[in-house]
Amino acid sequence: MAKILMKGNEAIGEAAIRAGCLNYFAYPITPQTEVAEYMAKRMPEVNGVFVQGESEVAVGYMIFGAAACGERVMTTSSSPGVSLMSEAISYIAGARCPAVFVNIMRGGPGLGGILPSQGDYFQSTKGGGHGDYKLLVMAPDGVQEIVEMVMMAFPLAEKYRNPVMIVGDGLIGQMMEPVEFPDNLTVKPTNKDTWATNGMDTRNSKERNIVKSLYLDPDELNNHNLTLKAQYERMKKEEIRYEAYNTDGDYKVLIVSYGTMSRVCKTAIDNMKTQGIEIGMIRPKTLFPFPLEAIRDAAVKLSCKAVISIEMSMGQMVEDVERAVLGQRPVSWYGQCGGNVPSPDEVADQVMALIKK
Amino acid sequence: MGKTFSKPEALSDAYTHYCPGCTHGIAHRLVAEVMDELGIRGRTVGIAPVGCAVLAYNYFTCDFQEAAHGRAPAMATGIKRVRPDLIVFTYQGDGDLASIGMGEIVHAANRGEKFTTIFINNAVYGMTGGQMAPTTMPGQRTTTSPMGRDVTTTGMPIKMCELLSTLETPGYIERQTLLNPKYIKKAKKALKRAFEYQIAGTCYSFVELVSICPTNWGRTPLESLQWAEKTLLPYYKLGEFKIPEEQ
Repeated sequence: MAKILMKGNEAIGEAAIRAGCLNYFAYPITPQTEVAEYMAKRMPEVNGVFVQGESEVAVGYMIFGAAACGERVMTTSSSPGVSLMSEAISYIAGARCPAVFVNIMRGGPGLGGILPSQGDYFQSTKGGGHGDYKLLVMAPDGVQEIVEMVMMAFPLAEKYRNPVMIVGDGLIGQMMEPVEFPDNLTVKPTNKDTWATNGMDTRNSKERNIVKSLYLDPDELNNHNLTLKAQYERMKKEEIRYEAYNTDGDYKVLIVSYGTMSRVCKTAIDNMKTQGIEIGMIRPKTLFPFPLEAIRDAAVKLSCKAVISIEMSMGQMVEDVERAVLGQRPVSWYGQCGGNVPSPDEVADQVMALIKK
Repeated sequence: MGKTFSKPEALSDAYTHYCPGCTHGIAHRLVAEVMDELGIRGRTVGIAPVGCAVLAYNYFTCDFQEAAHGRAPAMATGIKRVRPDLIVFTYQGDGDLASIGMGEIVHAANRGEKFTTIFINNAVYGMTGGQMAPTTMPGQRTTTSPMGRDVTTTGMPIKMCELLSTLETPGYIERQTLLNPKYIKKAKKALKRAFEYQIAGTCYSFVELVSICPTNWGRTPLESLQWAEKTLLPYYKLGEFKIPEEQ
């Protein structure tokens, strides 16, 4: 299949369409507005739906209404916009509807900045919205991977009847890379007649469906949460994805890094290798479920002295890395979150400092 | 002798939780009758608000979604865009629609989304125990305006029909009330017309129903009907505000 040179933001839109999602609701926000602009032109070409909502708050609920009728839907936004969508995300998770969200992360907190960041790790994996819910969170490291993850997101969302979130950053959104749209990732939508409000006539049924998240009876609400939790436990068993980089040899330090930051770390690792210094890396591709075991196994290698989480934030993923390592090795953090992407040399300096300790 | 009158098919057998004298019961019934008469129950999706009618989905027999507070028009937009063949209505109170949901209702109406909104205006927040609403009258005592609504700090009550009528996008906007049988007949006509516009795919439709809340007004149902007639109707004037044909 031929490769096309595409900008990340546009590839996200095209990937959704190739995955059979013909419904896109969004609000402009830097640095992902190009997705909406691409979809505004492209959706009419495929007889799809494009709506620019009046705010991310409204968009979150347009997604909910459409998802609750059983249609594949996607929205894209960036950090402050995702904060606004977080209430809707909690509702969608509570109501067990499939939907796909993409967060092209930018600097925060508050208005923050418009340059890349990884400051929404907590927001994506530990909440953002209220209540006991989890999102299946995937973190691509480039345009090809974001295409694959967007295409996988729809069947995954349907498998678990849960929202799926893909976290990129401003760099991935803006960069242009050659992209191939794989054939084998398109999965037909599941039948949603058991729960969706797609009209009794559509289902040929006399029973109506209600999509809700309110359970006033405490036992009912507890049972409902147990149902949700069971899905998250299943995700932990079946959906952990990660890449192990240079972990075959005797590395002295284990880096844990994801997304754009992981590409910089790979360069640093390659550079240090030429100087005879072995560094290994685990790159989580799913932030939830998190590859706890893979990181722990990699951390306790005899040669490994220390673990460092390198992320464009003030230290969010590092807490999960500490949880993975369980005190078996010292865990530290390095990062920047103003929008500067740390350079390979900076990474190398941090790693060397750990080796020398 | 055949059956001359019965409970609408679109209304369920559930006992409602509404207070004695609450006009939600009448409003629900009118909507259900219209659904039956137009034969649309099999392709209708209702959207319940957050408010006293939060459990509305238990009282109707069509598909239903539960919205977050104020967000029903956005959910309705989502449904109507992806399934234009479904008949969609939002059923919202004054806090839901005119306070937290003001952005969503104005923009859905302005985009001309082809769904129907039933707006229950009873000048108070019912479910949460009687707080001030955007539609609370000047001087009206509520739990968050215990000295009476002071318009110098809280502004004047909002007239939703008038506000939405200023939008250039074609729509059907009408205000009626449920205070007595004469009014109820007109209310039903308006509701039916609203759904007929939707079935024809013509425009956005909005029917405001001036209603009562005896419990939070601290009045008997009868006193409430009288107070509503005396105080609400002169301010929230009944009638047709906008029809699509005139644009």
